[in-house]
Amino acid sequence: MFRESARALCKRKRKRNEFKSGSVDMASVDKGKATKEQKYDRQLRLWGDHGQDALENAHVCLINASATGTEILKNLVLPGIGAFTIVDENKVRGEDVGNNFFLTKSSIGRNRAQAATELLQELNSDVSGNFVEESPDQLLDNDPDFFHRFSLVIAVHLPESTLLRLAAFVWGAGVPLLVCRTYGLIGYMRLVVKEHTVVESHPDNALEDLRLDHPFPELKKHIQSYDLENMEKRDHSHTPWIIVMAKYLEKWRSEHNKQMPKSYKEKEAFRELIRQGIRKNENGVPEDEENFDEAIKNVNTALNPTKISSGVEELLQDENSKNIKAQTSSFWLLVRALKEFVEKEGQGSLPVRGTIPDMIADSDKFIKLQNVYREKAKEDATAVSNHISALLQSVGRLPESVSEQEIRLFCKSSAFLRVVRCRSLAEEYSTETINKDEISSCMDNPDSEMVLYLMLRAVDKFYQQHGRYPGVYNYQVEEDIGKLKSCVNSFLQENGLAVNVKHDYIHEFCRYGAVEPHPVASFVGGSAAQEAIKIITHQFVPFNNTFIYNAMAQTSATFQL
Amino acid sequence: MADVEEPMAVDSGCRDTGDWEGRWNHVKKFLERAGPFTHPDFEPSTESLQFLLDTCKVLVIGAGGLGCELLKNLALSGFRQIHVIDMDTIDVSNLNRQFLFRPKDVGRPKADVAAEFVNNRIPGCNVVPHFKKIQDFDESFYRQFHIIVCGLDSIIARRWINGMLMSLLSYEDGVLDPSSIIPLLDGGTEGFKGNARVILPGMTACIDCTLELYPPQINFPMCTIASMPRLPEHCIEYVRILQWPKENPFGEGVVLDGDDPEHIQWVFQKSLERAAEFKITGVTYRLTQGVVKRIIPAVASTNAVIAATCATEVFKIASSAYIPLNNYLVFNDVDGLYTYTFEAERKENCSACSQVPQKLQFSSSAKLQEVLDYLTENASLQMKTPAITATVDGKNKTLYLQTVASIEERTRPNLSRTLKELGLAEGQELAVADVTTPQTVLFKLNFTS
Repeated sequence: MFRESARALCKRKRKRNEFKSGSVDMASVDKGKATKEQKYDRQLRLWGDHGQDALENAHVCLINASATGTEILKNLVLPGIGAFTIVDENKVRGEDVGNNFFLTKSSIGRNRAQAATELLQELNSDVSGNFVEESPDQLLDNDPDFFHRFSLVIAVHLPESTLLRLAAFVWGAGVPLLVCRTYGLIGYMRLVVKEHTVVESHPDNALEDLRLDHPFPELKKHIQSYDLENMEKRDHSHTPWIIVMAKYLEKWRSEHNKQMPKSYKEKEAFRELIRQGIRKNENGVPEDEENFDEAIKNVNTALNPTKISSGVEELLQDENSKNIKAQTSSFWLLVRALKEFVEKEGQGSLPVRGTIPDMIADSDKFIKLQNVYREKAKEDATAVSNHISALLQSVGRLPESVSEQEIRLFCKSSAFLRVVRCRSLAEEYSTETINKDEISSCMDNPDSEMVLYLMLRAVDKFYQQHGRYPGVYNYQVEEDIGKLKSCVNSFLQENGLAVNVKHDYIHEFCRYGAVEPHPVASFVGGSAAQEAIKIITHQFVPFNNTFIYNAMAQTSATFQL
Repeated sequence: MADVEEPMAVDSGCRDTGDWEGRWNHVKKFLERAGPFTHPDFEPSTESLQFLLDTCKVLVIGAGGLGCELLKNLALSGFRQIHVIDMDTIDVSNLNRQFLFRPKDVGRPKADVAAEFVNNRIPGCNVVPHFKKIQDFDESFYRQFHIIVCGLDSIIARRWINGMLMSLLSYEDGVLDPSSIIPLLDGGTEGFKGNARVILPGMTACIDCTLELYPPQINFPMCTIASMPRLPEHCIEYVRILQWPKENPFGEGVVLDGDDPEHIQWVFQKSLERAAEFKITGVTYRLTQGVVKRIIPAVASTNAVIAATCATEVFKIASSAYIPLNNYLVFNDVDGLYTYTFEAERKENCSACSQVPQKLQFSSSAKLQEVLDYLTENASLQMKTPAITATVDGKNKTLYLQTVASIEERTRPNLSRTLKELGLAEGQELAVADVTTPQTVLFKLNFTS
């Protein structure tokens, strides 16, 4: 029975170095491990070994092995997803082979799930591929629990009624759903997940956590140990800019009623103050002191007040952090512990991150300064850890259920925590809760990508009414334009949307004839696969919740519908 | 219809070129139907498909992360006359994204294996591989293509092909002959970031017009590496740059090979020792390899997105179906998905694509070294190893060339001579050759004093 084999395969793949057949001996395990680390090297540098483990323990379900579907899977199989299962009752047709890299002429007439599984499986022997020759409707009728075992369900090209049925089931079961489609030159993705937490968001341009506005006691003491005025020249030029800035900040604050330089003028004056500190030679010419140049350059950013961002503040005040229960996830337990830390040991601030950027300095001074921050970070993490232990005890759980490593990582990432919550498909599709405001305001520009979303909703309506998509055959195009226009109008009317959909888009969507050009399917394939990886690894931040790609104009947009 | 058993092994023998019903349904709609957003030049026709299948010649440069995706996308869009150039062989670390290759192919030329795979999987497709450098070909080779798409990992290579296409342009009475233009599509990726651009040589911004978009690679200062390491990376660079040449651990003159695990292991151990000396933590084998090989992280998904964007543009240009991207797209999916599309502008005095003669302004008592420094350090030129020649007293004289050891030695004294001493005159033309361009760049010398 399919169910058993899939679960068994999943369990086997849980151990990182096991092979599909034959006994496991240590020599080949080591060789296997080495090759996997070599093979996945370029991606391990992005999501780490723990991210890779999450990927290898995941089992995704793809519904419909159209070109879009197989392209998505390709980009999950290559990086080593644990297992995939394709659900598709369709038989391969000639046109399917024409745009799909994972179907060949010899697959024509065979079940599409089976045919695609073979060529996708062939991409990576670490991955376990399965197929089910049934329609999602059949599965929902006979075995709705089928979908509950997956880490993620990816639904491609489902008619609206089936999609809404499926969405309701997986929403209730807490299984993330990613809806994808390629329609002519338009790509579409919709993420449906109740709550997705991210500790490691890996922000692109994160500000440093230097605490220059409120130096903690150990940092203060360390700064005090420097006597800039009486240092030897070499030491003076190789003092970390953080120390330099801290010293001049002390001077400034003593002369300005303890205030930080805030306005542009004040910051300019502060820069000049630092500049005056550059040692001069016998002729009164300023020496070359790169560390002072660095201090001056960093005045803009390093003086930003140490503040918890509104995003993180919201999380600290979230219901989930307030009401801790026995089943509360590690994430919310950690948030609660973080909140208690902020209120107590942190005195309004998050745990010190513990990292500093590289800067001109001699090794000894830099390492010592770095260690001051590192030690403080450790101390803060321990405080958070104590809060966690108390919380776990209060709900009758073992203190080990949240590891030290998890706590340390959480503390280091505390300024960048993110939670993504998507509205359900039911909410999006109901005339009562459809996001009218978002749609109307976007459509102030009638060429906004939002019009493409409206067209997709309209062609689905067309399909419901006529049992087919518009303009598939040449002779249909002319007449279907009129029919599609009625669908557009009734959709807008039913949902109380007073927007104008230009005729050109209705014509264009009939022209498409619901085809799936490979390059557009491949764009969606790449985009969707990475969102899937984000969901599975809980690293980087998924989109929320609708993504539209326009291959005509080469533009895209994200809407929250 | 009887189905032929598809051979699983790669077989250069009998190949099925026959089409089957519905094969090109997903493509034909865009060629045979009129539409409201099509290019003004577009005319629906049932013959356009034949042009794509039989006549349109596309060159794909690079058979790596982007190249594999490009070949697949083009083949499934109806392009059959495709050439691919790649000078590399397959490595294990390619396999997480370069999906035309398998573990058994490691060591084989990428171009060959990619062509075999695609030709086998897509009946009728005729990918011709070239296991060569782009510099191994001349104008007569490049001239045969309708469109060129690049999936390169080197800025120098990009500039070279850019320069090559510029050299193919012909002007009649100062007017550009459109038939001499070969569109160049260029894609690049790095981790979760990527970009795709359309270049119409002589008409739109070229690679050199936007050189500042590629910030020069930052190397750590030598004093940091030699005496003041602070990061684990500094320790690794110390071993690579200073310790290895001194100790020659694998023999006299044996160069550090980033692909040799024994070499990396040695560097790793020595880096640990160096780090311990300065109480620096964080040296790992993975970091060591990353620093030595200047590894850029890469995944399948980003390459898929960028190659798809490029392939869509190839189709638009070849079929006139839509107005092409004008002209630059950036992509980033670290936080949600983000694209930004803009028109990169031509630089008025671009050294590669403008007709404006390049100027050099120096004092006559300036040393040749200063000119050399300018050519390499100037943000718009960023030359690598320029060779300078000039006509002095009616004779062609090589002032400095560093790529041939004997000539470098002979001409090195010129670097400390002044321009006047070298016999150069006001208004003199200097011809500069460099890896960044297939043609020499002419500079006019103006004396400031």
